[in-house]
Amino acid sequence: MPMQTVKMVITGPFSAGKTEFIRSISEIDVVTTDENISPDSAEFSTKEQTTVAMDFGRITVDDDLVLYLFGTPGQRRFDFMWEILAEGMLGFVVMVDSAKPETFREAKSILETFRAYAPTPYVVAANKQDDPEAWTPEDLRIALRIEDNVKLLPCVATDKESVKNVLLELLYSILEEMDT
Amino acid sequence: MALKGNLADFSTTQILNLINLAKKTGTLRLYEPVVTKETITDGTGKKRPKIIPGAERASIAFREGRLIWATMGDQDGHLASVLHKAGKLNAEQTRVIRERGAKYSDKALALMLINANYVTKADIVRSIRQYTLDIVYDVMSWKEEPFVFEEGVVPPPERITVPIDLKNVIIEGTRRIRELQPLEEELPNLDMALKFPDTPGDKFRGIHLSVDEWRVVSFINPKNSIRQIAKACNMTDTEIRRVVYGLLQAGLVELTKPPTMQQAAKAQTRAQKLRRQPVERSLVERLIARIKEV
Repeated sequence: MPMQTVKMVITGPFSAGKTEFIRSISEIDVVTTDENISPDSAEFSTKEQTTVAMDFGRITVDDDLVLYLFGTPGQRRFDFMWEILAEGMLGFVVMVDSAKPETFREAKSILETFRAYAPTPYVVAANKQDDPEAWTPEDLRIALRIEDNVKLLPCVATDKESVKNVLLELLYSILEEMDT
Repeated sequence: MALKGNLADFSTTQILNLINLAKKTGTLRLYEPVVTKETITDGTGKKRPKIIPGAERASIAFREGRLIWATMGDQDGHLASVLHKAGKLNAEQTRVIRERGAKYSDKALALMLINANYVTKADIVRSIRQYTLDIVYDVMSWKEEPFVFEEGVVPPPERITVPIDLKNVIIEGTRRIRELQPLEEELPNLDMALKFPDTPGDKFRGIHLSVDEWRVVSFINPKNSIRQIAKACNMTDTEIRRVVYGLLQAGLVELTKPPTMQQAAKAQTRAQKLRRQPVERSLVERLIARIKEV
């Protein structure tokens, strides 16, 4: 029997925690296409590397089924990759850095863009909830204008249990969609 | 967790909308913007100077989602000053009251002024209400002030607070917006339609809409795009954006796709589904079982 592969996309603004999210749960070392950010560049104060094309993680289910996790590049100049990554996805996670309101507008824009690519189920992960300056998921729902029927989940991308919860909730949403 | 940010990223209108919808109690403090040499990056990876809070410029208090009190950083909000600003006391009366009444709370002072027939209770309520609104409308024009919302912090009990419905404040504040950029960012697509919320309740009770705003409301129907409503009301894109933005921020209406867009989306969905791999329920259940094990 041929190996079946399915994929989920992890998207969100620059520095939202997409790479960490995949790293926390992938059974392989995450294949990142990060490049070093030059000290003169805009992003250097926030992180020293940025994802250029995509992050790639894997979870083997059994001999004939594998789940791939693809993380999108956060910077707009690489957004040509988004649609390519969205092709055929099972669902997607929108990561938001809950402690950085300066990224909320972009998070909303990315969410709308991915919704337009494919009407697949999605969840929003309110990342960095362990940061004392994080906005609560309830406040984020209003700030990002997320409808009540969309799951907005508290998340800490470095915590495996938290990441598992987000992926499970996305899978439950996919099951619910099948039932309707 | 405190709500912190900068008005450049999250405007006063959006903060008021959040406080209104979440029925929050607390105090919003806004500060002088101090530009530093450090930089921060926004969600697209663009660099900009980091702005930190300087001196407090204004504080605005709320109880259960309603505006109750406000003061500017350079004003003390003393009742005598508020009444003077409203024209209820002259400068000399204000000076004398402030000198002699320094030890009295606003509430005690209000009782004394009413008993002495200087002002009526209605004068006091109206003056405080106008004073509060003037500050909030002023703050709604600010663009880059750092802010923090302190949950649960309210003015001391000796202050006189006047509850004001935020929906009217949001709508009036939106009427005063001169810049088009926030309107276009929040409402980029005029081909969307509008609908009333599923649970409108008494949201329209006590709302003061202009004739133009009521005309727009009368055309709200998921079948009518915003562009069609603008045409029917003889409004420009800017005019309709301003009205719809106010109604949206006040939570009186919601955006929805008109039938033509829904049909297009359905066609696209079918096309996308063709491209998607066929997925069976059992496959998703296997994924769930595996992730639980990880």
